[in-house]
Amino acid sequence: MQYKSQAVAKPYFVAALALFVAQILFGLIMGLQYVVGDFLFPAIPFNVARMVHTNALIVWLLLGFMGAAYYLIPEEAETELHSPRLAIVMFWIFLVAAGLTVLGYLFVPYSSLAQMTGNSILPTMGREFLEQPTIVKLGIVVVALAFLFNITMTVLKGRKTAINTVLLVGLWGLAILFLFSFVNPHNIVRDKFYWWWVVHLWVEGVWELILGSILAFVLIKVTGVDREVIEKWLYVIITLTLVTGILGTGHHYYWIGTPEHWQLIGSVFSALEPIPFFAMTLFAFNMVNRRRREHPNQAATLWALGTGVMAFLGAGVWGFLHTLAPVNYYTHGTQITAAHGHMAFYGAYVMANLTMISYAWPQLMGRIANSNQSQVVEMWGFWLMTISIVFITLFLTAAGILQVWLQRISDSPLPFMVAQDQVALFYWLREIAGVIFLVGLMVYLWSFFIKGEPKAAAT
Amino acid sequence: MSEAFTTSTARNIFYGGTMFFLLLFLALTYQTEQVLPQRDKRELLADPKVVAGKKIWEENNCIGCHTLLGEGAYFAPELGNVVARLGGKEAVKAFIQSRPKEGVPGRRSMPQFNFTDQQLEEIASFLEYVGQINTAKWPPNIQG
Repeated sequence: MQYKSQAVAKPYFVAALALFVAQILFGLIMGLQYVVGDFLFPAIPFNVARMVHTNALIVWLLLGFMGAAYYLIPEEAETELHSPRLAIVMFWIFLVAAGLTVLGYLFVPYSSLAQMTGNSILPTMGREFLEQPTIVKLGIVVVALAFLFNITMTVLKGRKTAINTVLLVGLWGLAILFLFSFVNPHNIVRDKFYWWWVVHLWVEGVWELILGSILAFVLIKVTGVDREVIEKWLYVIITLTLVTGILGTGHHYYWIGTPEHWQLIGSVFSALEPIPFFAMTLFAFNMVNRRRREHPNQAATLWALGTGVMAFLGAGVWGFLHTLAPVNYYTHGTQITAAHGHMAFYGAYVMANLTMISYAWPQLMGRIANSNQSQVVEMWGFWLMTISIVFITLFLTAAGILQVWLQRISDSPLPFMVAQDQVALFYWLREIAGVIFLVGLMVYLWSFFIKGEPKAAAT
Repeated sequence: MSEAFTTSTARNIFYGGTMFFLLLFLALTYQTEQVLPQRDKRELLADPKVVAGKKIWEENNCIGCHTLLGEGAYFAPELGNVVARLGGKEAVKAFIQSRPKEGVPGRRSMPQFNFTDQQLEEIASFLEYVGQINTAKWPPNIQG
């Protein structure tokens, strides 16, 4: 750690990991509800568990991004953060708001929560991933603006690099696109159309800029490759991302009432979306192969390489699997979508955050890298979680293929619930893989508490 | 990458390429908005029951279990065509009303929402409206 103010990243990372645990616990509840339908009913109905699962994910990824920005920006800009105090105040506001929202989901019926928070004044609730009460959404905007102000001022007074510029563009894009969460027309087609401007243009657009920038930063640090080379790669990757990803939004406009030419536009451009992810994999491996130093933090290098591979598999390959309109006609809204969602989020955004935390945490604790013992345990966590998510994805894919066959393709299509009963075996297997994921997460967290002689540079 | 291809060239391609595709996307959005009235059955929104039904749909987080036109959660049946599947609005209302408060042992079950008759009529009207949108022949069959 070169700048004192980088330390504000610490609480962000801690809170992010705590919410990660909550996300996984509620994921396991939902997974069990798939096969034991009355588990925790009516205390925690499936929809409530799902809100906690997905919202905890989104919030912890955002906390992770903010922590990453607070760590990365002073170092890139070569100056102290504009206001460390603002960063800490915003942290507590964001955390308390997120905590209250989760408690609201768990302990108040959703319709009462809507009433208590005045959803009627500006109805924005009850849409997938955007379930937060309107007032919480407004709070998110305030926190985001304060955060952006803080880091933008820092970059303005310091050195401007490709890495911090791309990060700023990504984060500003994230905040601006979130404003579409307030757009909720009565017309369900237009509602859905603009809902995707938040959801798709986040995860298949501006978030990839944040991901690319974090990856580039860590790769510079752990490989010692020239900044010039890495920054050029970064621009190429994010160009490919937005050139394919913006019109790739069209793959959500096949069956929601939008005109049919979107089937062609969406198919063509979203079929190209794996390319930037493939470039990211090449980038990570290339830079590590051309490394000019042996950085003692090998766990961070492993996470960086893992991000490239798993993002390509989850977002790229599993996305391509069902993105062409004639295929999507059968797979739309099935377990195939769920399979893709799990591996894509883990491979791209969970792993990018864990890459950054893996690199930054030892530095924040005043050492270049963790002890060898600690890194070995962290790598066990890496493999357990990564292999589990591969199996979760494979089991959901199997469930999805069967579901499509029984419910959509068969000459005598089965009703939804009858088809669900037929694929229950794969839901059980997915749940077992999920338990192993939780074990992996525990092992990973345990690595933070392992002391030992810090690893020294191997030069 | 070669020497001739500099970082600033790469940066310019990024900004230029993004701007171009962003503008193209906005143009396509404009065109979509122009033709949507022929497909999205917006005339049905004149019925206040449909608008109220959408709010009930949202404020009970129906999307947390169901899909609507294929989007949402995959825990419970697709509802875009539910009025046609169950054979009318009355059947939809009867189903929602019949859910046991304590669930069904070992099985997934929709919660009992205790809707009033008016709310039931509104939610059913909303689902009937969604069922009439031109979705390019999706879903493939009545099972959704």
